[in-house]
Amino acid sequence: MSHESSPEAPPSAWQSILGGLKHSPLILPLVGLIAVSTVMAFASDNFFSVDNIVNVLRQQSIIGILAIGMTFVILTGGIDLSVGAVMALCGTLGAGVMVNMGMPGVAGLLAMIVVGVLFGVFNGVLVAWGQMPAIIVTLATMLIARGFGLVYSGGYPISGVPGWVSWFGVGRIAGVPVPIIIMVLLYAAAWVLLQRTSFGRHVYAIGGNETAANLSGVNTKRVKLYVFMISGFTSAMAAIVLTGRLMSGQPGAGVAFELDAIAMVVLGGAAISGGRGLIIGTLIGAVLLGIINNGLNLMGINPYLQDVIKGFIILLAIYIGREWR
Amino acid sequence: MLEMRGIRKAFGPVKVLHGVDLEVRAGEVHALLGENGAGKSTMMKILCGILKADEGTIRIDGREQDFAHYDDAIAAGVGIVFQEFSLIPYLTAVENIFLGREKTTSFGLLNRRAMRTRAREVLGKLGVDVPLDVPVADLSVAEQQFVEIAKALSLDARILVLDEPTATLTPGEVEHLFKVMADLRQQGVAMVFISHHLDEIFEICDRITVLRDGEYVGTCEVSAIDTDRLVEMMVGRRIENNFPPKPTALPDRRVVIDAKNIQLRKNGPVSSFQLHQGEILGFAGLVGSGRTETALSIMGAYPAAAVEVEINGDPKRPANPKEALERGIGLLPESRKDQGLITSFSIMQNVSVNNYGKYRAMKYFLDLKKELEATRSVMKDVQVKAPGPNVAVDTLSGGNQQKVVIARWLNHNTPILIFDEPTRGIDVGAKAEIYQLMRNLTEDGYSIIMISSELPEVIGMSDRVCVFRSGAIVATVQGDAINSEEIMTHATTGKVRYVA
Repeated sequence: MSHESSPEAPPSAWQSILGGLKHSPLILPLVGLIAVSTVMAFASDNFFSVDNIVNVLRQQSIIGILAIGMTFVILTGGIDLSVGAVMALCGTLGAGVMVNMGMPGVAGLLAMIVVGVLFGVFNGVLVAWGQMPAIIVTLATMLIARGFGLVYSGGYPISGVPGWVSWFGVGRIAGVPVPIIIMVLLYAAAWVLLQRTSFGRHVYAIGGNETAANLSGVNTKRVKLYVFMISGFTSAMAAIVLTGRLMSGQPGAGVAFELDAIAMVVLGGAAISGGRGLIIGTLIGAVLLGIINNGLNLMGINPYLQDVIKGFIILLAIYIGREWR
Repeated sequence: MLEMRGIRKAFGPVKVLHGVDLEVRAGEVHALLGENGAGKSTMMKILCGILKADEGTIRIDGREQDFAHYDDAIAAGVGIVFQEFSLIPYLTAVENIFLGREKTTSFGLLNRRAMRTRAREVLGKLGVDVPLDVPVADLSVAEQQFVEIAKALSLDARILVLDEPTATLTPGEVEHLFKVMADLRQQGVAMVFISHHLDEIFEICDRITVLRDGEYVGTCEVSAIDTDRLVEMMVGRRIENNFPPKPTALPDRRVVIDAKNIQLRKNGPVSSFQLHQGEILGFAGLVGSGRTETALSIMGAYPAAAVEVEINGDPKRPANPKEALERGIGLLPESRKDQGLITSFSIMQNVSVNNYGKYRAMKYFLDLKKELEATRSVMKDVQVKAPGPNVAVDTLSGGNQQKVVIARWLNHNTPILIFDEPTRGIDVGAKAEIYQLMRNLTEDGYSIIMISSELPEVIGMSDRVCVFRSGAIVATVQGDAINSEEIMTHATTGKVRYVA
């Protein structure tokens, strides 16, 4: 949030994007981004080429979209483990609508959004009204979504979606890949929601102090429902990009994507306990994780070892972040 | 048997005990009496080694003691049953009694038979029959209390402290507890009994020591004193002149809240009260007497068994604080940090967190400029001392933080305000400011329910006072009847009613 800006003046647009630089939660992610980029630039000649940068962003777009919904949920102090599985279910059922039911492609895409949002409602109702911990609820719904997709498809990909759907996965506008455009637009919308609406203020309020928010008249249950619906919606958007890229519904896709999404949010400087963090931070976290992946690949490091290195980088980032505060 | 002399204790600059004496004989039940904050709990924590006295001596059987830890006090024969139980809910009675000093066999395994035998022996000595194999969470409150007492006795306690043991018991259970205490008295155990219920003290105790504001007032035989005299000892005379003058005559005002029937617990006692426009209605009573719960139940923030209330003539009760807000009820909660403020937010963000107010139409999108103007204006109204609206609230003093919460409701323009302990943890100067602010609000037509544990505050500020005891209102007083003797008498001996 922007309370560290000068006490009297309203925060400028730039300040409210970056959160006032001095104490901004963005400062560490930015430093991390610059540091890692520098290292990678020295390690590989190709790193700073336009192609490579676009490539990194494109690779990160799907999980980067999932991380948007994850940011909303984490800001309220919750977590959503079901995003990867819900994405796979959306893609599978959407492809089913197009291929098995023979409906037009638009209907399939709409079906994906409906399925994703409904799953969000399911999660949100169980967490807010059922008063169950989000980590357990979404662990269970992750299994439900994954299993349901596999049952529906028999475990096989559903291919044969209309050709134009591929535009969402591999299309370009003025040379920029469509997945990147979708991701950036969604981040912009999320920024408006979080920083410019009363709903966004309530999201931060609940993560900061749920009891106080409730007693001051914030409808905490409804806000919690909405954040899970947003997470379901971004899972569906990720499914649309994925379907466009693979030209099929993949019931087995997205395993462990939720973990990368959480890593992006945390690398972006958000507090896992809620109330603190910026959506721009998550975007930086997504790029940072992408650069690490990309750099390790360019350096030709054994893929198994890459995970070990990534794990240690995340630990280091969290440790520095805590010491910084 | 136990002799504490000239005990002094200060927390930083705040002196809580100024030379208190306490002397308890073997086979005696000794009452320790005083208002909230008189220093009873601090005294007992010193007795059992949890706190260390700055000055003064503790003697047990004539030998001077120097307790560094709770363990030292236990070794010297002191046992305490805390107000909040220290039992582990999922362990059984036996496991709880021997927690941390389990008996083991020569193989290092638990000697369950020996522990069971000893537990049964101790509970038998108490004359109670407590199931040994179920988790204590499944026992009644009274049974849990007996397990606590058994735990203390199994440590060979000869001095037993019972800190408000009857607060959560039913009358039947209290009777059983008193029987057990009478038995222990026969066995020569010295007991310190803390209770706010004077009738209980007359029933079970032998002698009484009274504390007031950390001062030792006196010790006397129960047989040589009556309720009036005891209340006078507890309350004393106090000079308080930092309250703004009360309006002389209250004209007939509109009823804004008509609480016809509030029952906090199923089959519990019931209350009713009315809040008039422009008045300060005090909710007095001891801690745990149901004041906060009653107020919260009206705004849908406490799940009471029954709530029948009309707000401005409308019989629909708010289901949650948001609905209460829409109906014009705002709350200044008891704990600023835990319930009032979002400490990671700025003043402005705290003030406008429930931003459906009359100052802005911010139903969906924020208007940062108007938000800033509105915040500045309400900050000025309540005189928040801060560099500006974007300052983080956790950098403010307690008094200013409290004003931010008040500003939130001014911003929303809720004409009914519930102030729960509005001056807790606030220094004297800021207190006077808050009092003045409350009076200004009522003059502007706001109606205020003020819950307070500080008797002078209740007396100095309230136009009328509802006195609570054991979960319900037992009396409503006004005018000259608002004095400490009257309120304390109702709060400690009043009778609750069980039907609407």
